[in-house]
Amino acid sequence: MIGLLQSIGYPDWVLNALLLVPVIGMAALLAGVGGRPRTVALVIAVAELAISLPLWFAFNPAAAGMQFAAEFAWIPEWGIHYRVGMDGISLMLVLLTTAILPIALLGSYNYITNRERTFYAMMLLLEAGIIGVFVAMDLFLFFMFWEIMLVPMYFIIGIWGGQRRIYAAIKFFLYTAFGSLLMLVGILYLFFKYRALTGDLSFAYADLLQVPLTFGEQYWLFGAFALAFAIKVPIFPFHTWLPDAHVEAPTPGSVVLAAVLLKMGAYGFLRFLLPFFPHAATHPTIVMTMLVLGLIGIIYAAWVAAVQPDAKKLIAYTSVAHMGFVVLGVFALTVRGLQGAMVVMLSHGLSTGALFLLLGMLYERRHTRLIADFGGLATVAPMFGAAFVFTALASIGLPGTSGFVGEFLALLGTFETHPWVAIIGTTGVIFAAYYMLPMVQRIWFNSLDNPANRDLPDLSRRELAVLAPLIAGMLWLGLYPKPVLERMEPTLSALVRTVEQRSGPALSFEIEIADPIDTPAVEGRAGGGQP
Amino acid sequence: MAEFQPTLLWAIALLPLLGFVVNGIAAFVAPDRKSIPTVVGPATVGMAFLIAAVNFIGMRGADLHGPVIETYWQWIAVGGLRIDAAFQLDNLSMLMTLIITGVGFLIHVFSVGYMREDPGYARYFAYLNLFVFFMLVLVLGSSFPVMFVGWEGVGLCSYLLIGFWFTDRAKADAGKKAFIVNRIGDFGFLVAMFMLYSNAGSLDFVNVFEQAPATFAYGGAAVTAITLFLFLGAVGKSAQIPLYTWLPDAMAGPTPVSALIHAATMVTGGVYLVARAGVLFSLAPISAAVVTGVGALTALFAATIGLAQYDIKKVLAYSTVSQLGYMFIGVGVGAYAAGVFHLMTHAFFKALLFLGSGAVIHAMHEAFHHTHSDRDAQDMRNMGGLRRFMPITWATMWIGTLAIAGVWPFAGFFSKDEIIWQVGAHAVGPFAGWYRTFWVMALAAALMTAFYMTRLMVMTFHGENRSGEKERQHLHEVSPVMWVPLAVLAMLSVVGGWINVPAAIGNAPVLGWLPHSEWLHEWLHPVTEAADGVAAANAAAPLHSAPFGGGEVLWAVLSFGLAVTMIALASAVIGGRRYRPAEESPPPRGFMGVLYNAWYVDGIYDTAIVKPILAVSRGLARFVDTFLIDGIVNGVGQASRAFGWVGSRLQTGQVNSYAFALVAGVLILIALVVLQ
Repeated sequence: MIGLLQSIGYPDWVLNALLLVPVIGMAALLAGVGGRPRTVALVIAVAELAISLPLWFAFNPAAAGMQFAAEFAWIPEWGIHYRVGMDGISLMLVLLTTAILPIALLGSYNYITNRERTFYAMMLLLEAGIIGVFVAMDLFLFFMFWEIMLVPMYFIIGIWGGQRRIYAAIKFFLYTAFGSLLMLVGILYLFFKYRALTGDLSFAYADLLQVPLTFGEQYWLFGAFALAFAIKVPIFPFHTWLPDAHVEAPTPGSVVLAAVLLKMGAYGFLRFLLPFFPHAATHPTIVMTMLVLGLIGIIYAAWVAAVQPDAKKLIAYTSVAHMGFVVLGVFALTVRGLQGAMVVMLSHGLSTGALFLLLGMLYERRHTRLIADFGGLATVAPMFGAAFVFTALASIGLPGTSGFVGEFLALLGTFETHPWVAIIGTTGVIFAAYYMLPMVQRIWFNSLDNPANRDLPDLSRRELAVLAPLIAGMLWLGLYPKPVLERMEPTLSALVRTVEQRSGPALSFEIEIADPIDTPAVEGRAGGGQP
Repeated sequence: MAEFQPTLLWAIALLPLLGFVVNGIAAFVAPDRKSIPTVVGPATVGMAFLIAAVNFIGMRGADLHGPVIETYWQWIAVGGLRIDAAFQLDNLSMLMTLIITGVGFLIHVFSVGYMREDPGYARYFAYLNLFVFFMLVLVLGSSFPVMFVGWEGVGLCSYLLIGFWFTDRAKADAGKKAFIVNRIGDFGFLVAMFMLYSNAGSLDFVNVFEQAPATFAYGGAAVTAITLFLFLGAVGKSAQIPLYTWLPDAMAGPTPVSALIHAATMVTGGVYLVARAGVLFSLAPISAAVVTGVGALTALFAATIGLAQYDIKKVLAYSTVSQLGYMFIGVGVGAYAAGVFHLMTHAFFKALLFLGSGAVIHAMHEAFHHTHSDRDAQDMRNMGGLRRFMPITWATMWIGTLAIAGVWPFAGFFSKDEIIWQVGAHAVGPFAGWYRTFWVMALAAALMTAFYMTRLMVMTFHGENRSGEKERQHLHEVSPVMWVPLAVLAMLSVVGGWINVPAAIGNAPVLGWLPHSEWLHEWLHPVTEAADGVAAANAAAPLHSAPFGGGEVLWAVLSFGLAVTMIALASAVIGGRRYRPAEESPPPRGFMGVLYNAWYVDGIYDTAIVKPILAVSRGLARFVDTFLIDGIVNGVGQASRAFGWVGSRLQTGQVNSYAFALVAGVLILIALVVLQ
């Protein structure tokens, strides 16, 4: 398999192809290529998935560094290059993206009825943008993808959304753009500092990673980046764009938003925040602040979710709770915690993606999302009910499903460094049942007393085909997560090592840590010059 | 002796899982074809029992000291943590497997008759098979996390089966309550695992227990905290104070489910957990005292409620809570074999009593159905004199009653007596006073047990019939598919206790007529010896007399006499009372009203915990999220709208160009900065 892939040069062109194919698809759609737009988009998304799947085999699970790297000069005058690469973290998130997209499209095949062509073009642009974020190895390129991805999402909510779509779209855009601007300032600061030190212009990840920063600089830059990512995750109290965006977004938008887009924030933590600003990322006050915000997310969002009358909004809040476990896992700064955070992300992508699809299917049938409008649906649509109940239970971490593996590892990893935080976070398993089961009961169980629900059709074959891979994924990740874990392990161990080494007392330009005995403050400032 | 190799260990668990898959498909594809679940449901569990029996015979003939572990695949491997999907067969898990598949098989057979008319027949057997699978994972798992898979899995099946008739809101509510309350316990289980891993560096039973005496200081904070959190898990699963309130509500499920899940197997999971982690509990005397105390308090408290219930299943539910308390007393004092012994005998006689009540309800329900009456088929005030119509059910249930009441030579006599004896004998050391109190509580609960069970029998089967003239015509004994399991369980309820007759009683005159072996004690010895060793090295040796004097034989005779007295007393008191049908009876008042309403604990929880959480949730959603945070966000939005070009774009409604404008603006900004 690997030999075959290498013989066709797969590792050299795969990432370029993944970025190019959706853009070509988008161009074709906008140019008016024949066929129904949804078919064209689906074909492109499936092709994208087919291109990405061999990554699983071609990826060297023993290596921690970037694989499938590609590079060419883009705006060399400013040190901007097209640089892409993939490590264990990117691999999983890219595969999640390419897998979710066709499912999201097919799962809402009849959902979009107006301006189809534009809609599907936007979905493909979104896919390219997301993949770009996960593989960019140049900070300018990364930022560009980060911003590009905003535009289609903004339109998807603003044009094809529900009644309050304009409010939700603007809120989404303002929140995210605000964060991005701060991040941009941070990136430029790194860029100029690098130029000041070396005289070279570079936005390359590997170059800017070497920029020595004083403690003060680290804290400010950490703040700028952290805010951008925290909004995206989202972390309490920057989460209120999410429920509105989710409720208003059309089903495929919600699915992609929950399954993949939210992962970009946590990805930013792992890719930039921890390795770039290790002092800040390990500072006890900062770590505790992040952990407490994660805890608030877990408990506060669960409580708020429990009383939402709108099922979609309820699930949106549960995303905030799930991401709380991710925050815990990340800032625990242990391999187990990071692995847990990653599995929670993947699991959340599958289970919450599936829940939004299921709610979308329900909405297509009944044109309502209010829990109170339902009740007893399992009597008329048993298969629908079974799929929903299973997904809901996977989402709240039933052992044997993906949710458990993620939460268990994230909390275990957190316990190693912050036992009390982990214990409080574990109460999340109680509150998860508290928000999920009443909703499940009020939709699927109880008596079928609303006449409008009496002829509710069960799942169609298309809908079953869409849900089956997601359910299989939840079971697979829950029962045999080993292949996933072992592909991420070297990357994440290396990340922990990097942070530990670099958060040592001082940083010199070559990362050759000067001398651990030196007083940190003095050395940190002196580190600004050439060694 | 021969080396022991398990035979098809994986198949024991896989067969019921296969049954779940087949019945589950049948439930969707051919819900009316009842022949598939009728065969597949009981057969898969029956075959699992046969394989378990083969293994048991093999184990008896072999010289087995440590557990046999079969690893199937690597489940979670991260850093140094390694959790295998693996089963562990040892004397304890072997015994549990036999109980689960054996009693489980009988209950599956009974269900064929009980659920015959139900439209959800296939779905029922799918859930029931799935339950057996998860229960086997619970007892066979070789590590805490694998056990936890079974632990939450049985909780899931319990949830699905309590709410089996989910269109009835009260039943769906009961299922939900069971799940959420159990999750409080699961929280404890999870935290205990985190603590264990950070202290012992492993979550495998073998590793943890082998190094526990070296890792943990006797009575140290770490092991005390771990065992208390583990016990929180047990309290949830095994319905002990303060988390017992879900179990009485769980009676909403079909009665065979109550027999299997909420009496014989799942609810004993917590007892199994404490017995399994015996080494840890023996290292933590405070935790052990807590286990014993909670057990004693629950045994007594639930028994008082059982005295005043009219719903036949509610009596049995509180009785189960109470009997589980006894099991915790047993494992709490470190008499793990005694606790597990009672677990086993209780599985026999309580499954029998529940199935018997199921037979009664089935008959009552049919009779009421014939006359289109909507009267309560479970209220004992609507029964009475059923002995005439259902002689087999009557006889087998009396055997169960004598067994649970502790009448010699029925099974419960030996198991319960040993527990009461053990708690008395452990009234030494720092908690001696407490243990003496627990002993008195256990004795008092035993007296009440004899009373409320006799009350149940008399109200149901004796005296005048109160079912109604027309209804009476339709009352009849249940079919053989239902009474044969009753007969088998009745037999087990008689002889089940004989496998572990204490030496003292076995050697006594008259009582010694029985085969006096401490067989179960010896059988479990390889599992309990490590814990026994810890206790022997650290704790004071148990006494040879009860707290206020008297030896084992004397107290055995005394408690036998007291049980018989209570039965006679209850027969006289209840038999002399004239009950009126439920619909005509006023609600119980005074102290009996307090007991009837279960000391109002549900109401207290509702007021003190459930409602405040809901109120705070609503407050957070409305005030913090919508008013505070969104208020600020919207305020900022409004402010920015008043200034600059962003606002003008918004106001003209050109939202589409706005997005591009912002990206363009960002790019211009970059250009300006770079070209400065």
